[in-house]
Amino acid sequence: MSKLGNLGARLHRGEVGYDFVGNRKIWYGISILITITAIVGLAVRGLNMGIEFQGGAVFTTPKTSVSVSQAKEFAEEASGHDAIVQQLGNGSLRIQIAGIDTGQADRINQALAEDMKVDAEKINAELVGPSWGEQIANKAWQGLGIFLVLVVIYLAIAFEWRMAVAAFVALIHDITITVGIYALVGFEVTPGTVIGLLTILGYSLYDTVVVFDSLKEQTRDITKQTRWTYSDIANRSINSTLVRSINTTVVALLPVGGLLFIGGGVLGAGVLNDISLSLFVGLAAGAYSSIFIATPLVADLKEREPQLKALRKRVLAKRAQGADRGETVAVDDAGAPFDDHPEDAAPAVVGPRDQPAPRTRGRGRPSGKRR
Amino acid sequence: MAAPNKGRSSSAQSKPWRSLALILIAIVALTGGMFASGHTTPRLGIDLAGGTSITLGAVPENGNEAAINPTNMNTAVQIMERRVNGLGVSEAEVQTQGDRNIIVNIPKGTNSQQAREQVGTTAKLYFRPVLATEPSGGSATTNPSPSASSSGDPDKATGSESPSASASDSASQGATPSAGATTQGRAVTDALKADPSPSSSGSASPSASPSASGSATGDADGKLQAQYAALDCSKESVRATTGEGAKPTDSTVGCGEIQGVWYKYLLGPAAVDGTEVDDAQAVYDTQSGAGWKVQMDFTSAGAKKFADITGKLAQNQSPQNQFGIVLDGEVVSSPYVSQSITGGNAEISGSFTQEEAQGLANMLSYGALPLTFREESVTTVTAALGGDQLQAGLIAGAIGLALVVIYLLVYYRGLSFIAILSLIVSAALTYVIMSLLGPAIGFALNLPAVCGAIVAIGITADSFIVYFERVRDEIREGRSLRPAVERAWPRARRTILVSDFVSFLAAAVLFIVTVGKVQGFAFTLGLTTLLDVVVVFLFTKPLLTLMARRKFFASGHPWSGLDPKRLGARPPLRRTRRPAAGPVETKEA
Repeated sequence: MSKLGNLGARLHRGEVGYDFVGNRKIWYGISILITITAIVGLAVRGLNMGIEFQGGAVFTTPKTSVSVSQAKEFAEEASGHDAIVQQLGNGSLRIQIAGIDTGQADRINQALAEDMKVDAEKINAELVGPSWGEQIANKAWQGLGIFLVLVVIYLAIAFEWRMAVAAFVALIHDITITVGIYALVGFEVTPGTVIGLLTILGYSLYDTVVVFDSLKEQTRDITKQTRWTYSDIANRSINSTLVRSINTTVVALLPVGGLLFIGGGVLGAGVLNDISLSLFVGLAAGAYSSIFIATPLVADLKEREPQLKALRKRVLAKRAQGADRGETVAVDDAGAPFDDHPEDAAPAVVGPRDQPAPRTRGRGRPSGKRR
Repeated sequence: MAAPNKGRSSSAQSKPWRSLALILIAIVALTGGMFASGHTTPRLGIDLAGGTSITLGAVPENGNEAAINPTNMNTAVQIMERRVNGLGVSEAEVQTQGDRNIIVNIPKGTNSQQAREQVGTTAKLYFRPVLATEPSGGSATTNPSPSASSSGDPDKATGSESPSASASDSASQGATPSAGATTQGRAVTDALKADPSPSSSGSASPSASPSASGSATGDADGKLQAQYAALDCSKESVRATTGEGAKPTDSTVGCGEIQGVWYKYLLGPAAVDGTEVDDAQAVYDTQSGAGWKVQMDFTSAGAKKFADITGKLAQNQSPQNQFGIVLDGEVVSSPYVSQSITGGNAEISGSFTQEEAQGLANMLSYGALPLTFREESVTTVTAALGGDQLQAGLIAGAIGLALVVIYLLVYYRGLSFIAILSLIVSAALTYVIMSLLGPAIGFALNLPAVCGAIVAIGITADSFIVYFERVRDEIREGRSLRPAVERAWPRARRTILVSDFVSFLAAAVLFIVTVGKVQGFAFTLGLTTLLDVVVVFLFTKPLLTLMARRKFFASGHPWSGLDPKRLGARPPLRRTRRPAAGPVETKEA
């Protein structure tokens, strides 16, 4: 782990770093591919909605000695769907199965009667409506819409509209992927799933906002220097928050992974899977998109601004010059905007021209050599 | 290796002890409250703990079978859902079963009796002028309106479980402002002859124009008279059926209780009805010491009608200057009117308990059920998921969190001590508050919420990782620990606040807009987000400030997680030049 610690330091100083922005096309491509797969999965397979959303059939058995878990097995075998089995006060069982119409209900009724060794006449079968009705769904959509509008406005004020757009794109990307995975895997969509999705929504934005915060800070005085283009700075800010991103993602994914693989896999708890899968996929997608999608997208949008275009030209020209002279230019601590001097508290990308006099103390002479 | 430069050690939070003491006192107080209340575990939803299942069957009113259609059933489901789950946190579920049944599932630990009353009550509310009233049992001397026609057949008991949430309220005399009572004796007949609701605003309110009702036969009238005379409100069996099936446009009889005494009422046609109540809240009346009462705001049409009827009633003599507030056939209150009440609000007062007042306000706000329901069965149900799910979830969550702890230990070493303590504080606060919210607002945890809470703890960890990374960056700059801790804070604080604001915004919007389970989720999200901020501000930061003063951390012990060497801090004075970190192509060897 000490390597990781050093890596953190090196990332911080910008000694190492991956060119996220430069290779953005690759990541965009990968994301588009995954998104298309997800949409195709949605279109072809559709979502397997649970009983809470679409209703289904409810079978009430007479008093029986069959255990709840046995009955659940019988019901799932007979119907091919998830079943919710509850024991009622009088010892009878209530078995709810999603997505069953009247015709199937009779067949399942027969199968249940045989399995449970009771008279089919005595099993009462009825259709049940959704407990998560249309009203709840509609209101949820409405709430989601209002939230998205507000959050875009907020981000546009707190940061700028380009970041708001990028965060929004990243969010849609995360949700599409997660929903698509559900369609592909064929897991039943329960209220738990929806709640997982909503959790992701907050988390995905949270992650993106943390990266943007550092980006905003580091690009404050970007036009006052000619060393870096916006993309370079964006890249550096991803790299310098990379350790944080990795750590927070690991810390968030570990418990969810526990739920998914240990809770769902080993202990065989079905509903946990429904919930934790959406969380797991969503969290992973959220972390990925905050690094590979949102920030490069901001850089893309920013580089279209005339002043930044001009900056880019200047920077490239200068680099070309430097290359001609065969020396690298001195680098100021761009990624390390702090200094011992209070007046320096404002982080900025400071070019040599802006250097306050005291800052040349013992350094600042271009050495031209890297150690 | 502390750097020799003297950073500003002026701490933004010079009294870390104070914050720590504050949060610890809060935890102790809340935990004490939790044990005192006897609810030491969070209430669990139906999926985890089971509960009670109530089956309600729709009853055709007056032989009107056609009313039992999917539209009405769905409306009823929605209204019941709002009644039992007004805040969205109680995990109650309502769904239709078959063509005419509705199942209501309430998690274990909620007051099922109260819930039964809430869902079973139709909550049809009418404001009817009082024509006559007397303590029940005596002989009636009334002058009923000759033009009022009696209702079809009040004995047609529809068996709705009528005791409403306000079944035991005594109707108080004197809701609504009474100032300058000048009652001019006018026959009630006149009062009723005048059309109490001239503006038929297309709402469901009947325009009771008695003279036009046409069916005022002496026979029907006499029948009502006789019924009134014979009415004995002291018998509960009688009360349960009194006034049922009465059309709002007809006169009817009713029972009401005032200070423990049952009164019977002869009531005129409804002047205003419950659909014209826009909103209702339970408020505590500190002024007159009347206790809990229900305040209603009318819609504009309702307000107009209400002003009209009260204006007319104010000119009558007692008892005909009263109007009866009739809920599901029972007169819950019969205030006197001394002047026209404009402004579109009224209140029902009585000796309500807080719960009763809130239940009634709830019902009035969410409207009356379109159908009458009879309770068919009440039975307990076991957990929908079985207990193994919760156990599995908790075990898995615990393993996951243990992994988090290990990861933090390895990566942050000494610092992780602060991180883990913060996690523990956060988890403890979440648990205690959720336990307390069970009895307070009916908050119940379902499995998704449990998972959400586990994830939320991970998100809490995010906040202090942001802060720690900032501190370490400062140390890499060559600062010594104490200034590093203080200088890293404002930035980390901003990042934490901005990102938590986004989460909180999501929670607030969803809580306000949505209903049911989504609302419950929003509540949990908002709660954990707030706790995140509280823990970071009042616990993590002050603790780190304190720790920074300790030699172990301040000297950058290799195991402190803040070792400048390991962090690759540059010597402060003779800093090496940092190589280009720009695009790869500029990195020349």
